Amino acid sequence: MLEVDAFVAGYGRIPVLHGVSLKAGAGQMITLVGANGAGKSTLLKAIAGVLPARSGRVILEGEDVTSVPVHRRVGKGVVLVPEGRMLFGAMSVDENLTLGAYLRTGGEARREAEAERERVFELFPILARRRTQPAGTLSGGEQQMLAVGRALMSDPKVLLLDEPSLGLAPKVISEIFAVLDRLREGGLTMVLVEQDARLALKHADYGYVMRTGSVALEGSSADLLANDDVRLIYLGAWHGRE
Amino acid sequence: METSELLQLAIAGLKNGSIYALLALGFTIVYAATNVINFAQGEFYMLGGMFAVLAFTQFELPLLVSVPLAVLVVAGIGMLFETLAIRPRKDAEPMALIIITVGGSLVFASLARHAFGSDALPLPEFTAGPSFLFAGAAIERQTVWIWGIVLVTVAGLTFLYSKTRLGRAMRACMQNREAARLMGIDTARVVMISFGLAAALGAVAGVAVTPLTSTRFDIGAGIAVKGFAAAILGGLGSPLAAVAGGLLLGLIEQAVIPFSSALKDVVALGVLLAVLFLRPQGLFRRARREKM
Repeated sequence: MLEVDAFVAGYGRIPVLHGVSLKAGAGQMITLVGANGAGKSTLLKAIAGVLPARSGRVILEGEDVTSVPVHRRVGKGVVLVPEGRMLFGAMSVDENLTLGAYLRTGGEARREAEAERERVFELFPILARRRTQPAGTLSGGEQQMLAVGRALMSDPKVLLLDEPSLGLAPKVISEIFAVLDRLREGGLTMVLVEQDARLALKHADYGYVMRTGSVALEGSSADLLANDDVRLIYLGAWHGRE
Repeated sequence: METSELLQLAIAGLKNGSIYALLALGFTIVYAATNVINFAQGEFYMLGGMFAVLAFTQFELPLLVSVPLAVLVVAGIGMLFETLAIRPRKDAEPMALIIITVGGSLVFASLARHAFGSDALPLPEFTAGPSFLFAGAAIERQTVWIWGIVLVTVAGLTFLYSKTRLGRAMRACMQNREAARLMGIDTARVVMISFGLAAALGAVAGVAVTPLTSTRFDIGAGIAVKGFAAAILGGLGSPLAAVAGGLLLGLIEQAVIPFSSALKDVVALGVLLAVLFLRPQGLFRRARREKM
């Protein structure tokens, strides 16, 4: 479904990613874990097209989309739920969702988008109750739900999630991850960036451990969770055994 | 002073204010999309009048064809200006872009001088006839046209922003351009359309007022100051605030006239400075910046 091949990118003259490669099969949830500044979010932005490639490729369903600009990549099904959510705070929940479906125009696609909206409300019932409320007045958890819902309105083939648990209470986090599990069961491909490696690996199929802009280690989530180095460095050995 | 005189001043204030309102809308729309103050805005006003005169007197088109035609042509010029002068430098500091618009305004004015000459060019009133009388005050027919045009424009903009896909995209860009791009919105196109729309609004103002004042190649800069002052008064945020700022500036100007008519043109600058010093977020906005 999605393939990143020897990707090099950075901000200004400073390189952040030094030739990263990864793969996500259709319906798979992969996760990028690693310390702060390892390049996880940068990689996600690069996949979304926010950050241009110096070299390397991003391939979606066999098509090279490396030079496709962000707004057109959305139309191809690569949709980012950005860090910090980036909602349109002065607009209502409904309008935010409508903007998510910006590219779904014309009779049939329009009707599909409306059906999608109902599905989003079914996944996150609280949003249905907040429909007319400005997004800026929602709680942090509700905002994250809206950010995910808005991205679903774009009809993603690959959903990119940047730190969806950031700053949220454990109860809300498990609510959101329960929805992500449902989306994966529904066949959606996802790339998850998470600070909380244990949480991420518990939900994902496959993980990439990043260190200073490259992939240091990869493997199935079960293997990584069992790996001693990963346990020690990223999961915090003091959490004990599971 | 008698009531009828006061009324006459108020009518003049609301007439000029309507023109300032249209200019202020242009400033506000471009600022919202780009964070740039477009000082070429006054030239669109001048060009609107010029092209209407050209179509009407040179090509002898009917007035009611010449006017919308001029507005369309100027909208096109606005988009062309954005494409040629702003977009290539779009990652520059807003200040650099503002200087570009100042340069653009000089270029427009001097091109207009070559193309249309340096004489004042007249245009007939949209509908000829005597003024209306209202409680002892006279209202020119063209003034009624101006008010009507402003009302229709504001209604149209409100509809655009609240009900249409393009309007929603424009508001999304105002709030967060990167997020807008993540929705699939082509933000470069939105910026270009914003310039076109702002230019059209300037042209509408210029065309509407030319029958009263005639037009000349060098009137752009003066009106730009007034439109800018009105936009700042409104806080460069919502379209309705821009309109309110324009009307208010028009009324303040007239309020000064009984004391000294020479002061009228200083009022806009005075208001501009006062607002920037005392209430930089504009009159209608809470101090926390929020757009639309």
